[in-house]
Amino acid sequence: MNLGYYPGCALHGSSDDYQQSLKACFGALDVSLKELDDWICCGATAAHTLNHKLSIALPARNLALAAQQGCEELVAPCSMCSLQLKKAQKAISGDALLAAEMSRIVEAKPDGARVLNLIEALERVGLETIKTAVKAPLKDLKVACYYGCLLTRPPKVAEFDDCEQPESMERIVAALGATPVAWNYKTECCGAGMTMADEDTVLELSQKILADAAAHGAQSVVVACPMCHVNLDMKQSAIEARYGTKFGMTIYYLCDLVGLALGLAPKTLGINRHFAGRIA
Amino acid sequence: MSATMQSDSISLLESLAQTKFADCYQCGKCTAGCPRSAHMDKTPNQIVRMVQLGEVDAALKTDAIWQCVSCETCTARCPKSVDCAAVIDALRQVSYERGMTSKQQAAVVLFQKAFLDSVRRNGRVNEVEMIAQYKLEGFAAMRRLGFLFEGAMLAPRLQMHHKLHLIGEKVRNRDLVRRIFARCMDGKE
Repeated sequence: MNLGYYPGCALHGSSDDYQQSLKACFGALDVSLKELDDWICCGATAAHTLNHKLSIALPARNLALAAQQGCEELVAPCSMCSLQLKKAQKAISGDALLAAEMSRIVEAKPDGARVLNLIEALERVGLETIKTAVKAPLKDLKVACYYGCLLTRPPKVAEFDDCEQPESMERIVAALGATPVAWNYKTECCGAGMTMADEDTVLELSQKILADAAAHGAQSVVVACPMCHVNLDMKQSAIEARYGTKFGMTIYYLCDLVGLALGLAPKTLGINRHFAGRIA
Repeated sequence: MSATMQSDSISLLESLAQTKFADCYQCGKCTAGCPRSAHMDKTPNQIVRMVQLGEVDAALKTDAIWQCVSCETCTARCPKSVDCAAVIDALRQVSYERGMTSKQQAAVVLFQKAFLDSVRRNGRVNEVEMIAQYKLEGFAAMRRLGFLFEGAMLAPRLQMHHKLHLIGEKVRNRDLVRRIFARCMDGKE
């Protein structure tokens, strides 16, 4: 199977352990990821905060590139990127005037691919295919599936799973032989891109998520977003210091768990590059 | 502010947010679900109320609009389909353009600015360059020495995990990126 790939800045920056994991995992599933040539940043929170038009134009440029490069399905593993791409697509498809304006601004027609977040991409590969490929079932692993905000919200844009009680990640994790725990914080916010600009907020929100996961018996949390990973993993020691607790919680990307179950080594997936918890 | 200017501001905000302020009947569900409302000077439903009443300037000056983490819970749960997160985005944009942003929240504003400036130059975010600009502009605005070094201890750990990339990426068609920014932000063709 061939899928287009929009990495976004995080996966080419300090979250490139996510890209390492994604490539290894999809490679093992016999899926080739073709990176969108000359892709640009989706604008993220900065664009939708400071300039509405730009927050549509930057994703529109990438959608135009996808169309030019014949890409029909585009995997955007960062939930901020996938939401911004979907948001722009939705806005443009419902408004001929805006579509014309965007074509003028980005100098091409921003048609383009069906955008997939990481979970949708794995569902596209197929739950049965994944199940059949499992070589090392993750038995004894109790995991909290954490969706955060932008995989499911706003539901009219994300058009993915249930925005209050999503279950798609649990289905994948269960197919790998692991046990997803029932818990309360799966769609609460971790503080997202405020990691640098408002650390107090990130520590407060992420602490609640880790505490609830631990209280429901999870040994690890699985995410499908680089920002969620930064806040729960990289910031975990700062959270522990601030709140005087010890979580020692391993934070996996969803493709880490798929990769492990397929028999890939933790090092191949870049799990040794995470900050918190123990390597499986 | 004159009545005409006020109604101009309201229609500008409505066109940016693509939502109808009058639809809100103040049930407060947005505020109940907001992870930041306990810390805000005005809660999300109060912000929407201020805009409904034409208190636009006061809304533009709140801390709250910069405390919002854009989690979209308010928008997802509104029973009247008011896009509350988009209302806050619209307020942030106008507040930024008119130089009315909260001094208390200068760090957040400058972070978003540094992020966009880096994308404007390179087409992608260059983390090191963005952080350098954010720290320098933040220090100039807040005059607090500690600000310069907050988070600096993370750098060696990032290096240890091979997550520190000193040389950022640049896209090839940077001229087009600059034209897109100019068209959207500077109203230039």
